[in-house]
Amino acid sequence: MFSHLSTEIHLTFAAIAVLLLLANAILFLRQRSVPDRDDTELALRVRTWWVIVASFAAVLAVSRTTAVVFFGFVSFLAFKEFLSLIPTRRADHRVLFWAYLAIPLQYIWVGTAWFGMFIIFIPVYMFIWLPTRMVLIGETKGFLRAIGTVQWGLMTTVFSLSHAAMLLFIQPETSARVAAVWADESAKTSPGAALLVFLVLLTQFNDVAQFCWGKTVGKRKVIPKVSPGKTVGGLIGGVASTVALAGFVGPWLTFLDLPRSLMAGLIIGLSGFAGDVSISALKRDLGVKDSGSTLPGHGGVLDRVDSLTYTAPLFFHFIYYCYG
Amino acid sequence: MTDVLRYLYFLLIVRPVILVVIGLNVRRANLLPDQGPAVVVANHNSHLDTMVLMTLFGMRRLKDVHPVAAADHFLRNRLMAWFSTKIIGIIPLEREVKGVRRDPLAGICQALEEGKILILFPEGSRGTPEVREEFKTGIAHIAKRYPEVPFTPVFMHGLGRSLPKGEGILVPFFCDVFIGQAIRWPGKKDAFMQAICDAMNELEAEKEIPRWEAS
Repeated sequence: MFSHLSTEIHLTFAAIAVLLLLANAILFLRQRSVPDRDDTELALRVRTWWVIVASFAAVLAVSRTTAVVFFGFVSFLAFKEFLSLIPTRRADHRVLFWAYLAIPLQYIWVGTAWFGMFIIFIPVYMFIWLPTRMVLIGETKGFLRAIGTVQWGLMTTVFSLSHAAMLLFIQPETSARVAAVWADESAKTSPGAALLVFLVLLTQFNDVAQFCWGKTVGKRKVIPKVSPGKTVGGLIGGVASTVALAGFVGPWLTFLDLPRSLMAGLIIGLSGFAGDVSISALKRDLGVKDSGSTLPGHGGVLDRVDSLTYTAPLFFHFIYYCYG
Repeated sequence: MTDVLRYLYFLLIVRPVILVVIGLNVRRANLLPDQGPAVVVANHNSHLDTMVLMTLFGMRRLKDVHPVAAADHFLRNRLMAWFSTKIIGIIPLEREVKGVRRDPLAGICQALEEGKILILFPEGSRGTPEVREEFKTGIAHIAKRYPEVPFTPVFMHGLGRSLPKGEGILVPFFCDVFIGQAIRWPGKKDAFMQAICDAMNELEAEKEIPRWEAS
């Protein structure tokens, strides 16, 4: 069952499990030293991390198709959260139904590795079909706002996220701009899955690193109006940590060489920050704190995948440019 | 036989649709009555309202939970009547009592005496989606007859967007469900209706309903 995944992927998940156990141990010790400190939120967050990591490992272990369906489901939850947050027009009931239909279709293009369709389906076909359907209904009041929000939602929660799943189908070409470098024979069994694990691990690590650095160093706020917790020191420290981890993990886990790994770390660090604050701006605009309550301790699914919606397409196209 | 069908219908169709396709965001589920006789009063936007409330009670309490629904709508033909009464388990209510001197609340009274949990939509109709209308006073007559029975107020938001009146296509939106403290008969009809109305307003105020501009 696990033989289609490389040894490196197994070890990566083992390392993540050790880190989570460490988090549990720290929480336990904190509770013992200061019993009246309220760590429920943090404890809940760690517990949800266990669930996320276990589900991610499980779907990867079953098969590539299962992993694609899993990402499709994450897109569905994130898009549903987005639509539930924003005001929608009653007249657009059927337009929204079409927008939802784009999710299974987009992931069918991913699952069948139909790259040409995958890359244009939402930016071209849905971009034209949804406003056309809207026009046929005939409600013009609030038209631009309605179509603008739905298209933005599809782009972030479906199109962007589906790039993460598309990584599973990447095979380095022999005629590529950069030659693939393999750590060992085992790494060749699942190059796509290794890239996906690398992306998700670094994106989530970047979130945590930015949060921790922001708490400890730096006073100057990056964008106080959007995210008061984000400091310049936190941003620099977070990105630096992510680049360091990328340089450490990339050449071993994936077929990226050291310079490419460091560049990938930089891309993920910066765009992860941008994605995080973009969704923060959206929530602030609508006057809500969390996008939902599906993931206890984290908020909604959209709160968890906010940075991934930006890192996934950029990382994918970086890989595609270098190795495609 | 129909009991088994009812159980399977809720287990295999209603619950997956409500919990996965729709998705619930419930506050204070513990305030729902654990056993009958009890009444749940809720605002009404969509046919899904009933399904959400019945899902909240879980499979264990399913056999005791019955929605009260309009006889003129749900018993309009034989197939519909069979499905409504046997599978959904509705207690039919005549919305318009014409001439005949018959107690319109007889079905409800019998169910309460059997210790059932009833779901009531005192707005009387789904109406315009996501617009709450004033509760009809029929519930006060029930409360007066059964002063010991708790009335639990529930406010739901979102289902009028998912499946509004007049639409046949379900579009997924998360549904918020806010549950309030149970209210008992205070001795007077006006005071009872006021207490229910205040509770519903308070629950509705918990939700920031997204709108583009302050209207």
